[in-house]
Amino acid sequence: MNAWLDKLYKTFIVDDNYMMIVKGFGNTLLITVCALLIGIVIGSVIAIAKYYAEDNKKLRIVNIVCDIYTTAIRGIPVTVLLMIFYFIIFVSDTTGIMTAIIAFGINSGAYMAELIRSGLNAVDKGQMEAARSLGMSKGQAMKKIIFPQAIKNILPAIGNECIALLKETSVAGYVTVVDLTRAANLIRTNTNDAVNPLILLALVYLALVVIMTKLLNVFERRLRKSDGR
Amino acid sequence: MADNMNNAIISVKDLKKTFQKNEVLKGVSIDINKGDVVCVIGASGSGKSTFLRCLNMLEVPTGGSIFFENNDLTDKKTDLNLHRQKMGMVFQQFNLFPHMTILENLTCAPIMLKKVPKEQAEEKAMSLLARVGLADRASSYPNQLSGGQKQRVAIVRALCMEPDVMLFDEPTSALDPEMVGEVLDVMRELASEGMTMVVVTHEMGFAREVSNRVVFLDDGVIAEEGAPEELFGAPKCERLQNFLAKVL
Repeated sequence: MNAWLDKLYKTFIVDDNYMMIVKGFGNTLLITVCALLIGIVIGSVIAIAKYYAEDNKKLRIVNIVCDIYTTAIRGIPVTVLLMIFYFIIFVSDTTGIMTAIIAFGINSGAYMAELIRSGLNAVDKGQMEAARSLGMSKGQAMKKIIFPQAIKNILPAIGNECIALLKETSVAGYVTVVDLTRAANLIRTNTNDAVNPLILLALVYLALVVIMTKLLNVFERRLRKSDGR
Repeated sequence: MADNMNNAIISVKDLKKTFQKNEVLKGVSIDINKGDVVCVIGASGSGKSTFLRCLNMLEVPTGGSIFFENNDLTDKKTDLNLHRQKMGMVFQQFNLFPHMTILENLTCAPIMLKKVPKEQAEEKAMSLLARVGLADRASSYPNQLSGGQKQRVAIVRALCMEPDVMLFDEPTSALDPEMVGEVLDVMRELASEGMTMVVVTHEMGFAREVSNRVVFLDDGVIAEEGAPEELFGAPKCERLQNFLAKVL
């Protein structure tokens, strides 16, 4: 027992190694949250654009552009995308954090777009007709009637996407970002202790996912109150 | 346009609607005057629902024109949203907004579109809700109500916009039989107050009792129209005689 505590001390406390974990934790959260916001914005814009394009021939070009985006992003591994962004496009970004946020955001946007689109299509057509018959414009109906219902329906799927995104950011180390995973890995190489940093790493991710799941459940329950009988 | 300036609140001229290759309306013309209660009857597939949905342009006609309060709705320059505010519509499937409470369902359009202050919109909604006997359900959600209650709320939702015309698209067809009466009662009361109504219905009793004009649509045209006593008492065309023999 004492030997293990001694080992923990050497791995995490000497040289203030634990600070790397704290910083990495911060970077992982920062990248996840910012990428998520970008993803939701891109996803919503694309989903709504495609919803409009469905019955408007003039918007066919929009439809094509959106399809190219989702196809390309879904076909390229996020690690490859990340490296293309870092080594080819945003060469001046030295820390890689901005690049990571943008790359993960754009990646997530494609998945969000498909999710939100399926949510919009699942809302009964009568809802749009009822809103229009009251005199709402298509945009007003979308904002007040269709979109809120779509989001409610796909919330569990969005939760999954958040969790997937959090875990995907563990490849940010490829472009020199010191995220949670890279921090733990650096400690492993510096201290020659593989067990403790990696187990801790796994536990931190697990804890984060459990917390996210709990938060989502609370949120979902609040939205579901209109389903009660 | 001068010849269209008449007393009709809705004036339909040679209305045509084709879905892909299926010609549903083959030229329907009718004037609906203020205070009219027009019931539209006909077999399924005769185009009655399409006709009604064209009146507020939920279906865009492929030919002809629709004048509402002397504005041509089929003219692309017409602000449809503005005119739709004055044409309430009640759907077969209610189409209440499930993510809003009953009160929010009633007040969202007046607040958003007519800029009615919230308190005033709620006051009006509550008084109308009380008249259909549902004041105690104001904070419920649509899924907590029965079909008949939902449809009464849907009627009130349309009324909250203070429309000049009410369009009913088979308002009782999706209801359990024991709930049809409560909805027809509300409509009957509305008619007695002088509301202009166009009702697509299978309720022949209601059509006979409440309407002042009945229109029989058959195969995309008006096959016969007139006062309910004439139409039901002495139908002239054979198709109507057959139809009535089946439904009465």
